[in-house]
Amino acid sequence: MSAHHPAAPVGGKLFNLPVMICSVFIAAMVAILFVRFVFGLGAVTNLNDGYPWGIWVVFDVVIGSAFACGGFSVAMLVYIFNRGRYHPLVRPALLASLFGYTLAGVGVLFDLGRWWNFWHILWPGYANPNSVMFEVAVCISAYVIVMWIEFSPVFMEQWGLKVQKQKLEKVLFFFIALGTLLPMMHQSSLGTMLVVMGPQINPLWQTPIVPLLYLLSAITIGYGIVLFESCVAASAYRRQIEMHLLQPIAKIMLGVLAVFMLVRFGDLVFRGAFGHALSPSLEALFFWLETACFAAPFLIVGTPGARRNPARIFIAGCAIMMGGVLLRINGFLIGYDTGLGVDHGWNYFPSIAEMIVTIGMFAIEVLAYIVITRRFPVLAREGAAH
Amino acid sequence: MANQNLISLELDERIEAAARRLSMDRREFLQFCAALATTLGLPQGADAAVAEAVAAKKRPSVIWLHFQECTGCTESMLRAEHPTLEKLILDVISLDYHETLFAAAGHQVEAARKAAMTENKGQYILVVEGAIPTKDGGVYCKIGGKTAIELVKECAADAAAVIAIGSCASWGGMPSTIPSISGASSSPTGSSGVAQVLGKPVVTIPGCPPNPYNFLSTVVHFLTFGKLPAVDDKGRPKFAYSRLIHENCERRAHFDAGRFAMEFGDEGHRKGHCLYKLGCKGPETYANCSVILFGDAGAGTWPVACGHPCIGCTEQGIGFQKPIHTVAKLKNIEPSSFLPRIVEEKGVGASLGSAAVLAAVAGAAAGAGAMVAKNLGLSHKAELMEEAKKSGEKTEV
Repeated sequence: MSAHHPAAPVGGKLFNLPVMICSVFIAAMVAILFVRFVFGLGAVTNLNDGYPWGIWVVFDVVIGSAFACGGFSVAMLVYIFNRGRYHPLVRPALLASLFGYTLAGVGVLFDLGRWWNFWHILWPGYANPNSVMFEVAVCISAYVIVMWIEFSPVFMEQWGLKVQKQKLEKVLFFFIALGTLLPMMHQSSLGTMLVVMGPQINPLWQTPIVPLLYLLSAITIGYGIVLFESCVAASAYRRQIEMHLLQPIAKIMLGVLAVFMLVRFGDLVFRGAFGHALSPSLEALFFWLETACFAAPFLIVGTPGARRNPARIFIAGCAIMMGGVLLRINGFLIGYDTGLGVDHGWNYFPSIAEMIVTIGMFAIEVLAYIVITRRFPVLAREGAAH
Repeated sequence: MANQNLISLELDERIEAAARRLSMDRREFLQFCAALATTLGLPQGADAAVAEAVAAKKRPSVIWLHFQECTGCTESMLRAEHPTLEKLILDVISLDYHETLFAAAGHQVEAARKAAMTENKGQYILVVEGAIPTKDGGVYCKIGGKTAIELVKECAADAAAVIAIGSCASWGGMPSTIPSISGASSSPTGSSGVAQVLGKPVVTIPGCPPNPYNFLSTVVHFLTFGKLPAVDDKGRPKFAYSRLIHENCERRAHFDAGRFAMEFGDEGHRKGHCLYKLGCKGPETYANCSVILFGDAGAGTWPVACGHPCIGCTEQGIGFQKPIHTVAKLKNIEPSSFLPRIVEEKGVGASLGSAAVLAAVAGAAAGAGAMVAKNLGLSHKAELMEEAKKSGEKTEV
């Protein structure tokens, strides 16, 4: 992180309404997690043998880590494609990613039946290097560490650790490179987990190229989240929106999205699975909802004129995020039939307690974002020359 | 030290001769000896020791007494097939007195017993089958004019070892159960075990009937090592009676998983679920039935495998005493408190509350999004107007 794009703490009070609301949700989550860790998964979740994972995995981990791809997508743009002008977006995006991933890593723990054995997956004697789950676990835990290193100059700046910062910056390129490699590995592996579930996944989401779909959509979501986050931060902190940066980002996002849509529909047609989308079923309905969300940005921010309107940029970001959410929920829950159409009656809908925990997880992210942007130099200095 | 090396017996003529004597081929004979050594829980190499002892040593003389019993123990010995009984009594041991199997009768038999006792003084094995009545001077069981008490004391005096076979001889067994008549405090004839009558501990092979191989292994242990195997506090050889039936039961997984037969012939019973709730005494009975099964009728032939709960026949106070369908007291194994369900729940679906919460969250998010979008749109409009104003001013100037 170079110094020619100065960032500064936003400042202001820490105890305000959003912080209070977040704290209430977090407290509720802690209470429920206490019950969960003492009395087991069955005490609070609606999980069953047919649906061994619910929203804690699909939302907190799979979607949470996809939402956290902003840092990866922007870092790729800035450092791989050498578009230095997007530099002011790196820190805020990285911050969102940092907490998204850290919480995704922690969130896995909530869903483990025998959570006290969590370290087995990384322990040489227990680890199974042939497992997709293993790759995801290793990549995510490595990436969380890498991101904290990538983000640490922010803390060093604030605490005046200049010498250490200089030393770190000399080797930072290595971590930045790792930080773009690791998410590519595990975002695709999160899709690979569907491949191993075979015919239990509806053909609309079960494809040999599902890793590519998950990777492409994760990159798109990464840009979508940057749009969303910049707009929300600007309106919440009453700052100038960095429209001159968001417009081209939106354009890049549409480009990646177009590739994604081509691959998605090309695959469906090529495999002959498109017919499933036309059947009168819940899966087909959700497929079209998902497709609508992915297609919407083309209508909303398709023209340069439309891209100048921050409201459209914001809605396009939201649509992409919804599309990503639906792609993952559809693959992991709605299009997932453990009974293979033979053993009927398997059913899953998240319990209130499960939802409160998920809300609490997102509340932690929001709270951390507020506290860190107010107290540490993350957002670009207001009024600084761009 | 006994021979520990099976290879050294490779061309041993004694082994060949012993195998011929037992009408086995050499390989079968060695397998038989290895099986006995394994039943005894002996380490590797003991098979050689057993084979050499059976082949070369003088067959131990056995005197077998019958008292208050049903001859079931003998019957079960008759069903042993590895080797069959006639080989066993003629070639592995020297059965010098046995009321059921003897061709002779009366004084002839008594003479045979006396002769064997004199000839093998201090070296013969005394096996007692059946309980010994002690009430009224033991008049309830007499053989050749002698009470059971007198007979057992006479024969035990010069015996190298005394083995009580069957539950009756071990502690009194079935004859010792107290009738459910008011006031009864002992069995009508005061039936007792051998140890009680002799006033000293003996090796007991309880069971109703006991597994013949447990008896055979005990005798062969004596033959091989010159002493009886280690026993527990009830005189039962540890190699056979140190584990609960439950510990090695083939239905144990069903117990752990909470799958039980609730009545004979129900679905669980037909599927081979655990018989604990039908009164199986496996969890409080020490015996090796679940390991070596029973008899030689093929795989899966022991009571529990046949679908009947264990009645605890090797355990004093349980067999013949505790009603067959009374649930066993779990000795050292508690059922898990986290039993999986027999019919797995398939999920409850959306409740009104959870659907409402999800809708509320979605609504709140949509509302907040709409507000943010509206504000952004308004500021954009204001900006555009300002720009228009500025450009307008510029043209005016």
